Amino acid sequence: MDFSAVDLARFQFAFTVSFHIIFPSFTIGLASFLMVLEGLWLASGRDVYLRLFKYWMKIFAVAFGMGVVSGIVMTYQFGTNWSVFSDKTGPVLGPLMGYEVLSAFFLEAGFLGIMLFGLTRVGPRLHFAATVMVAFGTALSGFWILSVNSWMQTPAGYSINEVGQFVPENWFEIVFNPSFPYRFVHMMLAAYLTTAFVVGAVGAWHLLKDRTSDAARVMFSMAMWMAALVTPLQIFAGDMHGLNTLEHQPAKIAAMEGHFEAENGAPLILFGIPDMAAGETRYKVEIPKLGSLILTHTLDGRVPGLNDFPPEDRPNATIVFFSFRVMVGIGFAMLGIGLMSLYLRARGRLYDAPLFHKLALAMGPTGFIAVLAGWITTEVGRQPFTVYGLLRTTDSISPVDAPAVATSLLVFIVVYFIVFGIGTMYLLRAMAAPPDSGNGPADMEPVRAAGVTPAPAYRDPHTPKPAE
Amino acid sequence: MELDLPLVWALLIATAVFLYVVLDGFDLGLGILFPTARSGTERDVMMNSVAPVWDGNETWLVLGGGGLYAVFPLAYAILMPALYAPIVAMLLGLVFRGVVFEFRFKASEERRWIWDIAFFLGSLTAALAQGIILGAIVQGIEVEGRAYAGGWLDWLTPFSLMTGVAVVIGYALLGATWLVWKCEGPMQDHFRHKAMMLMFAMLVVIGIVSLWTPALDPAIAARWFEVPQIFYTAPVPLMVLGLAVVLFRSLSGTRDVVPFLASLGLFLVTFAGLGISLYPNIVPPTITIWDAAAPDSSLAFLLAGAAVLIPMILAYSGYAYWIFRGKVRPGDGYH
Ligand code: HDD
Ligand code: HEM
Ligand code: HEM
Repeated sequence: MDFSAVDLARFQFAFTVSFHIIFPSFTIGLASFLMVLEGLWLASGRDVYLRLFKYWMKIFAVAFGMGVVSGIVMTYQFGTNWSVFSDKTGPVLGPLMGYEVLSAFFLEAGFLGIMLFGLTRVGPRLHFAATVMVAFGTALSGFWILSVNSWMQTPAGYSINEVGQFVPENWFEIVFNPSFPYRFVHMMLAAYLTTAFVVGAVGAWHLLKDRTSDAARVMFSMAMWMAALVTPLQIFAGDMHGLNTLEHQPAKIAAMEGHFEAENGAPLILFGIPDMAAGETRYKVEIPKLGSLILTHTLDGRVPGLNDFPPEDRPNATIVFFSFRVMVGIGFAMLGIGLMSLYLRARGRLYDAPLFHKLALAMGPTGFIAVLAGWITTEVGRQPFTVYGLLRTTDSISPVDAPAVATSLLVFIVVYFIVFGIGTMYLLRAMAAPPDSGNGPADMEPVRAAGVTPAPAYRDPHTPKPAE
Repeated sequence: MELDLPLVWALLIATAVFLYVVLDGFDLGLGILFPTARSGTERDVMMNSVAPVWDGNETWLVLGGGGLYAVFPLAYAILMPALYAPIVAMLLGLVFRGVVFEFRFKASEERRWIWDIAFFLGSLTAALAQGIILGAIVQGIEVEGRAYAGGWLDWLTPFSLMTGVAVVIGYALLGATWLVWKCEGPMQDHFRHKAMMLMFAMLVVIGIVSLWTPALDPAIAARWFEVPQIFYTAPVPLMVLGLAVVLFRSLSGTRDVVPFLASLGLFLVTFAGLGISLYPNIVPPTITIWDAAAPDSSLAFLLAGAAVLIPMILAYSGYAYWIFRGKVRPGDGYH
């Protein structure tokens, strides 16, 4: 088969950015988790938090390293593969990315060294400050890059100059463009959930091996609180995000829903196979009226169909339809885990439910899958444009010959699978190591003078009393 | 007076690139010197001497690329496709050498050599590619309208290969003098010796590149050799010689910080020389910084942030170096 430079460049971008996003999804959440752990340690003096902190910090370091190197590739890929896009959007998007580097990347990088290597050099309080800075930096980088991406989805605050570049008119409207608040909230929550499910799976794994491990209990409990509290928020945020998309990118919504004909009182298509060539969704399983109810919050609101749009402006519904369902399916599965954890907790059996622990273990990687599925929905749904409605993907490409793109694509695929494959193996190995071994209480700083501290402060409140 | 924003930004980007070159230069240099270390312990020390700071060093590269996209989008859009292959090679090299900082200590003892090789090759590739990129920019890039018009191997010439080698040698010199500063005992002696050899190699390549560059383009030659310009440019080679003397004497003696500072000086002077050859072009020989600049509103918006944030970055990055000051000893690091 013959691929054009555009196809190859698209595939290369999708491939490298998909690898990249896996790491930030995890490190954004993990940085905050580490901050909480260290804060709890400083506040309570309980050694288990310090052990957990050190345990997860090693994992964080590996994931962060991979996030950084895959991110640097992204910065240059705009120019190598999408140079026309870069020339045109540079005046608007460039400064946002510039702010990301100046305010977020340097912050993370500057304090990362202190966080990883500095505990004995700067003392616990300054060290905590460094951890906070790293966590704050990761969130801030999410802020800027999502602003960039959202502007490409819902451009605002710009005009177009005589050479065809987008030029800024109103920075506030650019940064806080219409889809940005939704996308930012949804992505941050996604990062927290992704991390929570990894932490939960690791906790579950160690509980399955040793039900009495206090570190495993603490991490499992914390993760399950996140699952129970954040998943409903995420579903709500996702719903709001969808309403926003309906307003600004109706073709994308039509593709996500698998609707070819616009309808009042549209059904919700649970399953089907959208057929782009025939212009219909086959084998539909649907619930009447529910589509309109979800998207317009009325029973007979109008839901757009793909046939409203000229064929050359339609995104690929087959991909978007399925990726969207994968994400939403995982969202509800996560909700199920959260609810079960509440039930088990109320019954006092959270640490004593091997079947549930196995389930939590199986759910470990689902956050990553949902994140990727969500991004595929977002990005494929934006097609055939890079800047929605204004700049076509085919007009964004660099004047680079297909062989050059093909060669580099091949090398990227080989290198990424080797490097990140091995990295993932190291991560899994680190997660399989028990959190209780190694640094015992000897590592704990004497936070309070003996005698002042009431004994229970050192006891894990989750540990059932021997009588139970 | 109106601020000439493109000029201000050209200076800022040049500063970012320079900081990148010297900061990541010395840690890429360590990678290039990796095979010359005489034991696993020496390699541990080399790596631990930069492990807390390498990410910050590399962020200057992100600022260079991101900054170019923001303030000179046209230059970014022309240079990246023109330099496609060396850029991709550089990025892949950086991938390898970046992950090794963590992977090496996670691997079992028997497998560590794999990562030692990856660190060496990754650093070497990145350095070579950066030198080639430099040479390809200096020799000029074919442009038509607002796009690159050449082929995908135009960057490959004897001159760009020469600058590639020059950068590898320069980075190795920075790495060696960094180790003279951060190590002690026999390891320090070892790298003092290496630094001395590299210094001579560096002087030779500086000489070659300095004579070759004006030969590429009469306009560049005029800047260097005609009266009255020669009065402004003559100090450059004189300073190179002066710094070489300082470097030589400090390496012959027992000083441990001076060699590193003198090598930084060499980089600064050659970098300035490069600026003299290129200014005011950003994509030689046709596109100037004013042609390539984004509208003033973009430049001003980012400058406002840069004016506040860059001093802060310098302060806390300096603080991080300060915390990890002093000699690195075997066994340092958290692994
Ligand atoms: C753990 C991850 C995760 C989970 C459980 C969900 N999402 Fe999501 N979703 C994302 C992670 C994500 C994401 C990766 O963060 C995306 C991609 C781009 C973005 O803004 O967020 C996304 C995009 C995205 C979009 C596309 C918006 C657009 O591009 O216009 C919609 C409508 C939803 N989500 C809605 C939902 C709903 C209704 C969910 C309820 C079950 C849900 N998401 C669960
Ligand atoms: C990190 C998570 C992301 C993932 C997984 C992702 C995924 C994808 C995918 C699958 C495509 C191909 C779409 C197609 O060709 O049909 C794509 C294209 C693209 N995305 Fe993203 N994306 C992500 C984030 C971003 C961000 C943050 C930006 C901008 C700052 C961005 C900008 C682009 C551009 C410029 C293209 C290329 C043109 C195109 O094919 O649309 N992406 N991405
Ligand atoms: C195509 C778009 C993207 C580009 C160009 C990009 C660029 C980069 C770069 C250059 C780095 C390395 C920074 C360093 O040196 O420390 C990085 C890391 C990072 N990126 Fe991305 N990125 C993109 C998409 C995203 C998305 C969608 C997110 C999250 C919402 C994200 C969040 C992060 C975070 C948190 C880091 C820190 C490293 C880590 O946590 O693994 N990036 N990115």
